[in-house]
Amino acid sequence: MMMASVKPVLEVRELAVTFPNGNGGLQAIENISFSVAPKEFLCVLGPSGCGKSTLLRVLAGLVPPTEGQVIFAPQRGSASLPRVGLVFQQANLMPWRTVLANITLPLELENADPLEARRRAEALIDLVGLQGFENSWPRDLSGGMAQRVALARALIQEPDLLLLDEPFGSLDALTREQMGAELLRIWQARCNTVIMVTHSIAEALLLSDRVLVFTPRPARVCLDLRVDLPRPRHEDMRYTPRFGELARCLRQAIG
Amino acid sequence: MNVIENNETGKALLQQVKRYNRWLLAGSMLTTLGVWEALVRLGKLPAFILPPPGLVVIRFWQVVWDGSLLRHLSITLLEVLLGLLCGSLLATVLGYLLAKSRLLERLLSPYLVASQAVPVVAIAPLLIIWFGSGIFSKVLICILIVFFPILVNTVVGLRAVPENLRDLMRSMRAGRWQMLRFLEIPAALPVFLGGLRVGATLSVIGAVVGEFVGADRGLGFLVNVGRGQYDTALVFVAIFTLVVLALILYGLVVLLERRYLLWMRN
Ligand SMILES: Nc1ncnc2c1ncn2[C@@H]1O[C@H](COP(=O)(O)OP(=O)(O)OP(=O)(O)O)[C@@H](O)[C@H]1O
Ligand SMILES: [Mg+2]
Repeated sequence: MMMASVKPVLEVRELAVTFPNGNGGLQAIENISFSVAPKEFLCVLGPSGCGKSTLLRVLAGLVPPTEGQVIFAPQRGSASLPRVGLVFQQANLMPWRTVLANITLPLELENADPLEARRRAEALIDLVGLQGFENSWPRDLSGGMAQRVALARALIQEPDLLLLDEPFGSLDALTREQMGAELLRIWQARCNTVIMVTHSIAEALLLSDRVLVFTPRPARVCLDLRVDLPRPRHEDMRYTPRFGELARCLRQAIG
Repeated sequence: MNVIENNETGKALLQQVKRYNRWLLAGSMLTTLGVWEALVRLGKLPAFILPPPGLVVIRFWQVVWDGSLLRHLSITLLEVLLGLLCGSLLATVLGYLLAKSRLLERLLSPYLVASQAVPVVAIAPLLIIWFGSGIFSKVLICILIVFFPILVNTVVGLRAVPENLRDLMRSMRAGRWQMLRFLEIPAALPVFLGGLRVGATLSVIGAVVGEFVGADRGLGFLVNVGRGQYDTALVFVAIFTLVVLALILYGLVVLLERRYLLWMRN
């Protein structure tokens, strides 16, 4: 829960993003301001093409803001920028690395101990249910399996900020629920902040503390909804009246 | 036909095809030798036009025994390897810079393309005049001939590094060296090795061209000697040795590909 006194880990102030194109630029994000409390689980909903992925790319430092700023609170240690774990909309695995080597990549970049990296990767492989595929090449994975590898890769360095762009997009409903539950467990155990883009209202409500709904492009925040369902959450909450109310609220905002 | 590859029968079938291929290869070589022998006998060709296979084999053992084949081979091999090594190093470094900087590419690419319009065979005499008929001029010719295909493949390979993987590395705050080591080298490797494969065979050609124009050692020189003395069998020996040399170099690159490109579908 966010309390008024808690300093936000992340503050987005009047962010606007315009991509250069032939005629005057394509405005993806018009004016977005919001802040995220430590350990908050935030979901972003919005129509396709409205600028959700662009927002995550700005937060990960891949796209510079055209206007406005993104302010991170000082992190543990001396780092001024948080460690960001980003799961792209596509899995983005390196085809020349095995599943295991793809997952250990972030630790290799930090020159971590290879044995420790391997141990952590194996634990994550168990977590995302890919036992037996450690030494497979990415080309031999299904879309959903590749996405789970990408999730494991984002989790391995225990990021302060986890950015997820429809991480369960190509999973079936059942696996999706399982992975959602796992994600909640990881989030509660490792106390990181999560910002997740999704297309599913139910998923947003079952996972998050707060949902931002974006307008069609250029994106603005048209609803900032606190999800006051009790934790731990479980699938049966779909059928509670409060869930229904919140879902109706979101559906109306999406339009 | 039903092709099954992932079970035991499939494997056995594949083995059989391979063994069959080996027989096929042996058969076609024997046939070639037979036709060759027949041509010499029926056409009553003198040995200085077309020596029979037997004579070539005898000549081969002669130059092996007196050590001259090894001496010439080692010179040519040295030129080929030095040229390939220096040429591909230069081409890789310049290729990296060109792939990184549009400005540099715009400045240099007209010269590079124009340089390709100059046939190496034509400037080989110049190089011999300037740098003498020793090894150095041959290595230079090899470098010139090897340089361009490897340069082009390095640039193409680096340019084709997927942008989304660059984003991935950036999101993990990878530095320039990490970008090179973890992303650019492995991503560009298939195309680069393709260039190296072409370069390896070209390097042999470069060395022979240089030795033709002016040399007192090397397999190209040996060809010239054989021609001058109407010792056509010796010419054949030198040519076969060159072919084997080129094939071995080519095979070495293929081995590199097998070793480092396991992840690619074959
Ligand atoms: N690098 C880019 N250059 C130019 N335009 C871009 C770029 N990236 C995104 N856009 C444009 O910005 C808009 C928002 O794209 P974005 O990927 O953020 O949408 P999204 O909300 O993630 O959509 P979806 O739900 O379909 O994934 C789109 O109109 C897209 O064409
Ligand atoms: Mg998107």
